[in-house]
Amino acid sequence: MAIANYLYLSAILFTIGAIGVVIRRNAIVVFMCIELMLNAANLALVTFARINGNLQGQVVAFFTMVVAACEVVVGLAIIVTIYRSRRSASVDDASLLKR
Amino acid sequence: MINLALDIGKTAGPEAVLFYFLAPLSVFAGLGMLIVKKAVHSALLLAWIMISLAIFYIAQDALFLGIVQVVVYTGAVMMLFLFILMLVGVDTSDSFVETIRGLRPIAITAAIGFGGLLTTLIGRATFNRPITGLARANSNGNANGLAEELFTKYVFAFEVVSALLITAALGAMVLAHSQKTRSPYAQRDLSIARFRKDNLKDAAGLPGSGVYALHNAVDVPALLPTGKAAPTSISAVLEARGDMIESSKFQLQQEEEEK
Repeated sequence: MAIANYLYLSAILFTIGAIGVVIRRNAIVVFMCIELMLNAANLALVTFARINGNLQGQVVAFFTMVVAACEVVVGLAIIVTIYRSRRSASVDDASLLKR
Repeated sequence: MINLALDIGKTAGPEAVLFYFLAPLSVFAGLGMLIVKKAVHSALLLAWIMISLAIFYIAQDALFLGIVQVVVYTGAVMMLFLFILMLVGVDTSDSFVETIRGLRPIAITAAIGFGGLLTTLIGRATFNRPITGLARANSNGNANGLAEELFTKYVFAFEVVSALLITAALGAMVLAHSQKTRSPYAQRDLSIARFRKDNLKDAAGLPGSGVYALHNAVDVPALLPTGKAAPTSISAVLEARGDMIESSKFQLQQEEEEK
């Protein structure tokens, strides 16, 4: 098995996450798809670290995890705030600026 | 340390078996995330993907990241997701009605194009150095090696990340905080409201229900001086439910009084 298979898997998972962000309507599911994309990028970083034989890729993946954790906290707080005022977690309902 | 990566570059044996077993499963779980209706099911599928990614990390000599993946992602982040799902409503299933016409075919076509581009790029890429593997970098242990990188070369980024974490925590607290616009009604407010009404008839409070020796009388109305039942002396709910009892049964009988 070539080591690039991990990169293929990462690309496929990233693509699935991107589709999910576009076609799902529930804000929380959209958010989970973003997490999937971040995870796929992490897998690529870990694989690159192994290809290059140093740990810098793993360090970057570690930083990505920290940033993803922050992003989840703030994003979910925003979703809760929107839900509190609009009683809906659908991304289509938050279109007040359009009307 | 268990070294699952047997042959660097061309991995074979256990790692290949592991990959060909877990990779299709995680891709199917990812596709399932797009299809399932309920958000909770999506969350569980995502947790599965994250766990298999953690296994891949460990198989690729990233032991520390694999453990962190399990603790941070499948532990904390997924727990947070499920918590918010419970808060927002578990049974709010996603509607599959297209709000923008033709969005789904366009999105899937674009995604196939994007994925194809990525995979062909990876296929064409040549890594112009020999694939070395992490055996030398991990010679002191993976966590030690990572710590060495983090606290020497990346120490500034590390500090900035700590500031980011604190900012995120504060931001979440500010966003999730809801200020009450008025204080809840206390006894004092209710009393003031009673006296500010146009009619002072029940300013001193409503009459209590009739208290009789033979009955615990929350459901028995008190009597007015005229001998009729006072309608305000029992709860309107009891009256509507038909649980009101005639108070005449409990009155002192005329003949008993005479004896």
